[in-house]
Amino acid sequence: MAVSSPTQTTQIMNNVDAVRATLYDAMKNDPRTVILGEDVGARGNVFLITKDFAKEFGPQRVIDTPIAEASIVGIAIGMAMEGLRPIAEIQFADFIYPAFNQIVGEAAKTRYRSNGEYTCPLVIRTPYGGGVRGALSHSVSIEALFYHVPGLKILAPAFPADVKGLLNAAIDDPDPVLFLEHKKTYRLIKGEVPDGHYTIPIGKANVLKEGTALTVVSYGLYVHWALEAAQQLAEEGISIEVIDLRSIRPMDKTTILQSVEKTRKLLIVHEDNKFGGIGAEISAMVAEEALFSLDAPIRRHCAPDVPAMGYAEPLEHEYMSSPAKIADAMRELARF
Amino acid sequence: MAKTDTKGKKLERNGLSDDQLRTIFRNMLLQRQLDNRGFQLNRQGKVPFALGSEGHEALQAGAAMAFHRGKDLLAPYYRDLGLALGIGLTPYEILLSLFARAADHNGGRQFPNHYSSKAAGLMSFSSILAAHIPHAVGAAYAMKYRGERGRAVLVTCGDGTTSEGEWHESVNFASIHKLPVVFLVENNLWAISTPIEHQMGQPEIWKRAAGYGIPGHRFNGFDPIETYGNVNEALDRARNGGGPTLLEGMCYRFLAHSTDDNDMTYRTKEEVAEHRKDDPVPLFERVLLDHDVMSAADVEQLKRDVLRETNEATDRAEAMPYPTAADLYTHLYEGAWQPWQ
Repeated sequence: MAVSSPTQTTQIMNNVDAVRATLYDAMKNDPRTVILGEDVGARGNVFLITKDFAKEFGPQRVIDTPIAEASIVGIAIGMAMEGLRPIAEIQFADFIYPAFNQIVGEAAKTRYRSNGEYTCPLVIRTPYGGGVRGALSHSVSIEALFYHVPGLKILAPAFPADVKGLLNAAIDDPDPVLFLEHKKTYRLIKGEVPDGHYTIPIGKANVLKEGTALTVVSYGLYVHWALEAAQQLAEEGISIEVIDLRSIRPMDKTTILQSVEKTRKLLIVHEDNKFGGIGAEISAMVAEEALFSLDAPIRRHCAPDVPAMGYAEPLEHEYMSSPAKIADAMRELARF
Repeated sequence: MAKTDTKGKKLERNGLSDDQLRTIFRNMLLQRQLDNRGFQLNRQGKVPFALGSEGHEALQAGAAMAFHRGKDLLAPYYRDLGLALGIGLTPYEILLSLFARAADHNGGRQFPNHYSSKAAGLMSFSSILAAHIPHAVGAAYAMKYRGERGRAVLVTCGDGTTSEGEWHESVNFASIHKLPVVFLVENNLWAISTPIEHQMGQPEIWKRAAGYGIPGHRFNGFDPIETYGNVNEALDRARNGGGPTLLEGMCYRFLAHSTDDNDMTYRTKEEVAEHRKDDPVPLFERVLLDHDVMSAADVEQLKRDVLRETNEATDRAEAMPYPTAADLYTHLYEGAWQPWQ
């Protein structure tokens, strides 16, 4: 983030405002920028992120596409190969599966397969995550399906200031970036956002709270819950360090290892399924790099191994974690 | 086109000059020579894989003649040797791809025939069928968005690819926005081992154009002049704001799908022989001779030139180095890269 100066002004925004303001600036500042997706134009996106954009920038720059996710991404790739700077939207992350090949087989490989002759500067934005009664097909986390793929970058900011800084970084980036926006945080989470253009480096985690008893690594909605749980444990005399990954691919090894070497215990918390999730890679990395710094086995507090959360309230409740559940996981590891 | 003795008839040229007709014929001979070379090199154990476009020569040479170099873009598929040659790639570049040498546009990363050349306007593509069609449409959108009249995208595929959802999605989007793109289907009647009647209930692909509200035409892809006429008209319409066209060129795949395929497991020699009677290469040679565009001596000289050029390109490409182990790690992203930072 840009260094704060005495003259640095900020606005209080929620995450929707931050996405909207950043997209607006991108449209204003670069005529190569186009937005395409389902209901992004006249409707202004189902969360009203691009409300009135079509009026201001015209339907040729804010493109309401047919309901066809593979070609939303595929057409954006062609635009990017031919010099535009497209920002493609997948209305809900759950709908990204038809575009899987375009993202994994095409966007991620364009530069590589052409030996650098063609590039694919493309941002794919999509709201993900649960806690909104989104049921099986409006609540999934998709990051683990994509973070295996060399050629992609994946961002999942949790705070409005990070949303702006990382979305700017994604838009400026010369390679394809999957930008994940947790939909429960859209209006829930507010914060100060610096005015003006700034970027946050892709691949840098953020230590949100320093602590000594154990390290919690998380991202998205659960970062906020982990912070809440850490405050609770602080009152119990247990000092938790909380790291917000922000960037899932690349991931910030340095920050994680420095923290784990200090606290000697690691708890990974994420909303996505445990098996093969982001936590698996972090666990493997820490085991490879810092096993003898650990005083306890690495723990992962993640979703159960079911496809997604059911619509009925008890099903969603059982699938999702909570500040209380995260606090329990913290206490258990702290006691080890 | 009459199959034999075209002499008595006036040659319908679709505006092509003698020079252009000879260029088309040269391209067709070069395609056949390079196709054979790929299969020969494979059987000699020098290259692990080759793909042939034998039977597509006229279609591709004719279509390429309608392409405006330096302006149009080509989004081809893996059976488009003749289009690649026709828009300016050299036999040497083709052989670098076959031999997977470091100097290949793709640095030896891609399968043979997966050409890419930004300089020639040839868009990079993968082996995943129809995946490139939305790319062509996106590029056409960029041209229209920037108000670039006089440019268009020619995107090709086989009949098999028209079953993919992205094919439909792309034609539909191009129709909505009246994009400068021509969808050229090279219908060779086979999707590897699956004949056209098992691919679609209604086997005339061009008729789908009506469903998209765009012009559609079917033509004899064994005739390069007819092909040129159709592709040129469609590209001109696209370049001048007239929107997309769906073209279906009829041809046949004389060879197996690839060097790894045995087509006798799913079709008969008799079927192939029947289509061989319409082989576009000798047919077009006959047309040029009958209409005095070339003499028999010219044709023989041209064949010798094409063989020599192919041999020279083969030797030159084969002598070039492979990529090194270190080349595996380049051009993944801009700049150096590690997933852990």
